[in-house]
Amino acid sequence: MLDCSIGYLGIFLKRHINIESLNVSKSEIDHVSKFTIVVNTTEKWVHNIVGQIEKQIEVIKAFYHTDDETIYQESALFKIASNLLFDERQIQNIIKESNSQIVTVSREFFVLAKSGRRFEIDEMYEQLKPFGIMQFVRSRPNFGN
Amino acid sequence: METLKEKKTAQKTKKSIRISGAEAIIHCLLAEGVDLIYGYPGGAIMPVYDELYKFQDKLTHILTRHEQGATHAAQGYARVSGRVGVAMATSGPGATNLVTGLADAQIDSTPLVCITGQVPRHLLGSDAFQETDIIGISTPVTKWNYQVTKASEIPEIMAKAFYIAKSGRPGPVLVDITKNAQFDELDFTYTKCNGVRSYKPAPKPDADALKQAADLINNAKKPLIVWGQGVILGKAEEELKELVEKAGIPAAWTIMGASALDSEHPLNVGMVGMHGNYGPNLLTNECDVLIAIGMRFDDRVTGRLEDYAKQAKVIHFEIDPAEVNKNVHADVPVLGNSKETLSLILPLINPNSHKEWLQLFAEKYQIEYDTVIKNDIYPTKEGLTMGEVIEEINLASDQKAVIVTDVGQHRMIGCRYAKFKESKSNITSGGLGTMGFALPAAIGAKMGAMDREVVAIIGDGGYQMTIQELGVIFQHNVPVKIVVLNNDHLGMVRQWQELFFDRRYASTVMTNPDFVKIAEGYHIEAKRVTERKELKSTIQEMMASKNPYFLEVKVEKEDNVFPMIPSGAAVSEIRLK
Repeated sequence: MLDCSIGYLGIFLKRHINIESLNVSKSEIDHVSKFTIVVNTTEKWVHNIVGQIEKQIEVIKAFYHTDDETIYQESALFKIASNLLFDERQIQNIIKESNSQIVTVSREFFVLAKSGRRFEIDEMYEQLKPFGIMQFVRSRPNFGN
Repeated sequence: METLKEKKTAQKTKKSIRISGAEAIIHCLLAEGVDLIYGYPGGAIMPVYDELYKFQDKLTHILTRHEQGATHAAQGYARVSGRVGVAMATSGPGATNLVTGLADAQIDSTPLVCITGQVPRHLLGSDAFQETDIIGISTPVTKWNYQVTKASEIPEIMAKAFYIAKSGRPGPVLVDITKNAQFDELDFTYTKCNGVRSYKPAPKPDADALKQAADLINNAKKPLIVWGQGVILGKAEEELKELVEKAGIPAAWTIMGASALDSEHPLNVGMVGMHGNYGPNLLTNECDVLIAIGMRFDDRVTGRLEDYAKQAKVIHFEIDPAEVNKNVHADVPVLGNSKETLSLILPLINPNSHKEWLQLFAEKYQIEYDTVIKNDIYPTKEGLTMGEVIEEINLASDQKAVIVTDVGQHRMIGCRYAKFKESKSNITSGGLGTMGFALPAAIGAKMGAMDREVVAIIGDGGYQMTIQELGVIFQHNVPVKIVVLNNDHLGMVRQWQELFFDRRYASTVMTNPDFVKIAEGYHIEAKRVTERKELKSTIQEMMASKNPYFLEVKVEKEDNVFPMIPSGAAVSEIRLK
């Protein structure tokens, strides 16, 4: 898309489609941005929506991919209370086994960074959740195959 | 034709002039061939109005009485003339008042360029006086919009605006211009736009698709054409007629397609849709090949989709790829401009006639005539019907008038019974169904085709939504004929209440003012007809008048429009009563 316009997001809103994730980045072509939008809906609706997005004047091309045609490579950050690192042994194991990194530590909290496939992030989230996650954020850049 | 080299030299040698942004806007309009605009001044657009004052010999500005009227007038103008309609308004409420007209033009593919003033660049986002985010507000209802904040952007953006509005599937464009950009100076040169990198106006027709479509048509036993406004927008009326005649195919129209083919053409089998004709609706579910041309399978046309033409192979001639397979699956999509695709398919079509199949349409018409049409246009009961008024207008105008309708029962009756000999003669708010459309649209239609008679047919409800535009008709002596079919009700809603809400007439009874006196207050000649014996002569008098004329006809209060496909029913479940 030329010019980073997000006006077309209304096309999703008017159909009550929740946007699972939205990623905007520079593309491999100068002055062209790439929007990656993940939604959960039927293929029929995605077909219609893609047509309606593509006819927006600034949009060069719009495609859609189904779940099994998509590569997800995600990054996630987990903010966790620092005292848990000492009180809950299991957390240290999770860090080790998940190949995640501690990117910052303070008296109150530390931040874990993890990149990987979508299910790996989901798994780590489920493991940490019982101990209390102060903040969680994930990015979802992905490609259609 | 200029060569590319000549074009480049011409561009290079074009001398620029140093002028204000406001003056540049006028020069852009003139360069695009605009000589008429509709609008309403206000603080943030005043520099442009100041320039309009200086250029009034070249560019006529019509002051509508509300900004919504400006958009509908521009629509009426665009729809009869095939040119781009232009409307102008100030920021804030001026801009938001354009929204209904923009939405109407967007859904009915009408080329408009709307220019709005905006607060100065340094005040954007500060909730300044009369600041609204009109770009955010108008995005879903425009084909394209853009906010100009620097004077130097004006020529390129205006050129792009006109190009986008009229090319491909037309639509409304809004250009919002901050006040500083109107005051500041720029070095002005103008080059028309003929391409935008990320925008393909019309797909190139595909030879294989054309071949497949022709095979289906040539082998069809019971083919049916349904055409829409795409035929008119693509200027493909002649090609449609040739196809219909060569292949001998019955052809029906959507409300937006009306008038593209002579109403009395023997292969014209009438209107499809909720209040369309019995035959084409019913037989949509019996045809073996459905040939859709420049139409978008609106829900008012298809009824319940699960039971729409399931037995038929569908060929869809369409300029907008987003419309293909949106509502109805197309077995053969033929993408492209209708004039181009129809011209290309004509040589592939074998001459044919489908006499037995056509006979079915004639039989269904007879049933509809006996149960509905006869009573509508030749009533024997005492009260006047809307249908007989339309029939008298047909007779008095020799079927040559432009008929502008509002929204409601009178519109369905108007579109069912008005007869057309010329294309671009049926101006109505199709997709949006905007009450209040007709009066301002008729003003624009008359100004877009001064040599034609323009008759606005309006209900007593819709008339009062934009009644203030009588001021324009009076001030500029616009010789439109205004017919209010007064049943003292919001008739269509009342009909639904009668049929589907057990006659609970919630807020549909209207106590109306003296419409004749109101028109006379604007110095418009006005008459009221309450009895049948006065109808013919009064309509003849109205049509003979060279001036604006207002006619109120008191019609039966509780008439219903039939046939009807109830909301959610299938086309084959059409009711005659």
